[in-house]
Amino acid sequence: MAERLREGRAWAFGDRIDTDVLAPGSLMKLAPRELAAHCLAAVRPDFADRVRDGDVLVAGEAFGVGSSREQAAVSLKLLGVQAVLAKSFARIFYRNAFNLGLPALRLPADAVIADGDRLAIDYRAGRVDNLTRGTAIAVSPIPANLLAIVEAGGLMAYLKQRGAAQ
Amino acid sequence: MAAGRTLAEKIIARAAGRPGVRAGEIATCAVDLAFAHDSSGPRRWKPLLEELGLSLWDPAKVVLASDHYVPAVDADSAAILKLTRDFARDQGVARFFDMQGIAHTLLPQNGLLKPGMFVAGGDSHSPHGGAFGCFIAGYGATDMAAIVATGETWVLVPETDRVVWSGAFQDGVVAKDVMLMLCRALGMDNAFKVIEYAGPTIDAMAMDERMTLTNMSAELGYDTGLIAPDETTLAHIRAHGGAVEDDALSWRSDDDADFAATYHFDASKLSPQVAAPHSPANADSVRAHAGVKIDQAYIGACVGAKLEDLRMAARVLQGRKVAAGVRLLVAPASTHIAAQAAKEGVLETLMSAGAHLMPSGCGACAGMGAGLLAAGETCISTTNRNFKGRMGHNESDVWLASPYTVAASAVAGVIVDPREMLGAAARDAA
Ligand code: SF4
Repeated sequence: MAERLREGRAWAFGDRIDTDVLAPGSLMKLAPRELAAHCLAAVRPDFADRVRDGDVLVAGEAFGVGSSREQAAVSLKLLGVQAVLAKSFARIFYRNAFNLGLPALRLPADAVIADGDRLAIDYRAGRVDNLTRGTAIAVSPIPANLLAIVEAGGLMAYLKQRGAAQ
Repeated sequence: MAAGRTLAEKIIARAAGRPGVRAGEIATCAVDLAFAHDSSGPRRWKPLLEELGLSLWDPAKVVLASDHYVPAVDADSAAILKLTRDFARDQGVARFFDMQGIAHTLLPQNGLLKPGMFVAGGDSHSPHGGAFGCFIAGYGATDMAAIVATGETWVLVPETDRVVWSGAFQDGVVAKDVMLMLCRALGMDNAFKVIEYAGPTIDAMAMDERMTLTNMSAELGYDTGLIAPDETTLAHIRAHGGAVEDDALSWRSDDDADFAATYHFDASKLSPQVAAPHSPANADSVRAHAGVKIDQAYIGACVGAKLEDLRMAARVLQGRKVAAGVRLLVAPASTHIAAQAAKEGVLETLMSAGAHLMPSGCGACAGMGAGLLAAGETCISTTNRNFKGRMGHNESDVWLASPYTVAASAVAGVIVDPREMLGAAARDAA
């Protein structure tokens, strides 16, 4: 039960990062790991190579807009991304992320996070510490039902736990 | 002072078994109907259901359609279709529509949608059916697997933006033009809200046109689009074999409901629209882009190949020919629609003009079927998305427009305002 995610590096992106940029439609027949190697390549070719376990994706508005394809969130998860922070999310991506155990947190409009900043996230408290800048950013806390799903490790794991408890 | 409730709040409260809910709350809803297609459904559900050790919660409430990979073009697509068929048989899904058309089209065509229902779809254009006054949204594969295993899901009760249209459209302006204009006006970042269409212009629309509005609510980023039911809605449901409950017309927003925003538009001021590559939000009047040369014109998809859409195309193509060097592909949204169009003479008009009749399914819209584009080619299409590479090569261009505009452009060989040809047709007839 992680109250606090590990400290990680911020990878900053702009508005409207779509599902085709996260998981290109033309490559959907690839195995998940191979597909993940192309994640965000259209806007940042070196991302998949350089991202490290525990890093954090930071973006602007309408993150994950486009198709319902879950591979967009799967790819981030496989690359070790711990959480996605964005000003707003497309609804289906937002749900998919939690269902796969990837927390998605909404940033206030005035949040300042630059590429390469070190972040520590306490998603229970709804707080992101920008260690590089010495600032604390309040994010909307995760609703209780989503917290339960993400802490179980995703929706499938959550349903299995619930099934076992019954 | 407690305000009234929106239609979305009323449907969610009913599905959640609660006296009332408000925007911003989280509710767990019982799902009345769940559907998916060959790409999003069984092939993704099967391993997840096995992992959970569960089967379908209620096969009678599950609808499956094969539409993305039909007809099979290679061994991979054939295997996906076989898996879909085997799953439907093994799990006892009686309502499996195999190669009969696009899932979104088949639900209302079979009278399966009714006002007040809470419906979950494994496809982002699930809002299509919101024209029938049901709360119908799209979900990813894990969500859908959990829904078909448990029969329930959570929902963050959305706020409602209300769009009110009054006035009559000019001849040649239709629901598709409304949605392209709204993609520009409202943008694509409207998650966790729904859009409700209302006003005299909407009241006067046929169901096929209303479905264009709710379908493309997905492009605007809304959870779903809603239109309160009226006599037109109920007549459509009955004509397609559905039963209508006595309280069906009570599914509407209260007059004093708390809308997040209300927008007013005058239909008579709208002109035919096109969306330039590579986003529906790049919409503008057709006249601003008249003369762009096209290689292909495509009339297809859930949003753009309903019977009304084919009729619009036929009205333009009557007595005309597709320009030399242009190919016009027509993929009716269902086999039933194709048969109706044949009966009415619509297909004959289209094919006499030089159109190619394609299978009923997602076809080129999903980038999987026949009719894809080469690098450097330009297509004008009645579909709903023109993201880079969606209909073929990454370096191809797709313009979105109404069936009138697509048909007129096919004749001209370049993007053209259809009112010119419709006006001419009216004069010729006089
Ligand atoms: S026709 Fe196009 S938009 Fe409609 S369901 Fe098929 S792929 Fe999606």
